[in-house]
Amino acid sequence: MKIAIASGKGGTGKTTLSTNLASYIAESRDCVLADLDVEEPNSGLFIKGELIHVEDKFKMIPEWNRETCELCGNCQKVCNFNAVLKMGKMIMVFPELCHGCYACSELCPTGSLPMKFKKMGELKSYRTGNLHFIESRLIIGEEQAVPLIKQTIDYVNENFDMEMIKIYDSPPGTSCPVIEATKDADLVILVTEPTPFGLHDLKLAVETVKQLGKPFVVVINRHGIGNDGVERYCKEDDIEIIARVPNDRLIAETYARGDLLYPVIPSVKEAVKVISGYIESFKRGEK
Amino acid sequence: MKIVFTAKGTGLDSAMDPRFGRTEFFVIYDEESESIDSYDNRAIENEAHGAGPKTAQKLAEYGVQVLITGNGPGNNAARVLQAAGTKVYVGAGDMTVREALEAYKKGELKEF
Ligand code: SF4
Ligand code: SF4
Repeated sequence: MKIAIASGKGGTGKTTLSTNLASYIAESRDCVLADLDVEEPNSGLFIKGELIHVEDKFKMIPEWNRETCELCGNCQKVCNFNAVLKMGKMIMVFPELCHGCYACSELCPTGSLPMKFKKMGELKSYRTGNLHFIESRLIIGEEQAVPLIKQTIDYVNENFDMEMIKIYDSPPGTSCPVIEATKDADLVILVTEPTPFGLHDLKLAVETVKQLGKPFVVVINRHGIGNDGVERYCKEDDIEIIARVPNDRLIAETYARGDLLYPVIPSVKEAVKVISGYIESFKRGEK
Repeated sequence: MKIVFTAKGTGLDSAMDPRFGRTEFFVIYDEESESIDSYDNRAIENEAHGAGPKTAQKLAEYGVQVLITGNGPGNNAARVLQAAGTKVYVGAGDMTVREALEAYKKGELKEF
């Protein structure tokens, strides 16, 4: 059972919800939390667990063999990402831009671009009580988030039972990384704020999940600020709002200390309880 | 020697474009003949990835020895420029091309 927590942009409380929800669920049963925002993972600020596993993650990139290359320039022509360029008598490969599609390698007439492993990031697995926390981080300069997100999801699928509730803290935005993170999910929870900006980003996020054909629901964060635009939009488009987390100064203060919210703020506890209940009934096929 | 500027237009009085990879134009100044040429780089907008290296490669084809720009190229573009033997000077983002040329001649620009 995989739940992706997503939002149209960053800063809507996606990580706060993911970490609090996962920790709350883990009070009564096993739960996995995977931070898929591999460019800037920050769930780890709120989850203090014991590090139990670390592994390097690799992608494949071509490596140029000067001896056999005939400088035909074909590699540059077939690469859609400008990741390989011909410069005079030299072929330059840009590992951070490479998508590892094999095109240049396979279409090189002399076999001068064999694919080699290159480290793109690191995966760490932590444990605290029933909570299994997985975090992947791209190495600095690496621009391709998608392959690492995919490998992280593969790791979760291989190492944890199908039945276990898995919370994916997805990357922000509506581009390839968030699609990669949500396409494997059974349910997507979109986090938004009740402001015109929040509504704008929510609409974009809704478009994205609709294209993926995923069931989705909305959680409103900082309920009480802004206006009723988000509420009206959800009503008109028949989108279910499963919880509203009130705006509360104590939330910002607790968050700033790097602490979980639900143990100290009753309204947050109530919200995660409701969301967790929703997930349970969704799992049983009641929703 | 050929000196190239990242610019928002095609002449000496155009404003500099502080960006390298996604600069709108290049103004190319040939010191020997004192002539001005320009290159329209706006097609780069269609490149979602790797604008920097692609633009740097274009410059190499023009055989320029010196590049004057604002913010400086990213790592990948810098590798290409280095391979092409192009010297890069930065910090001219707020000038016109003419001012940037003067500043370069007086040695006021920082080498990247
Ligand atoms: S396609 Fe192969 S032979 Fe042709 S330039 Fe590229 S590396 Fe060299
Ligand atoms: S593997 Fe694909 S993306 Fe990478 S350099 Fe070759 S053609 Fe480009």
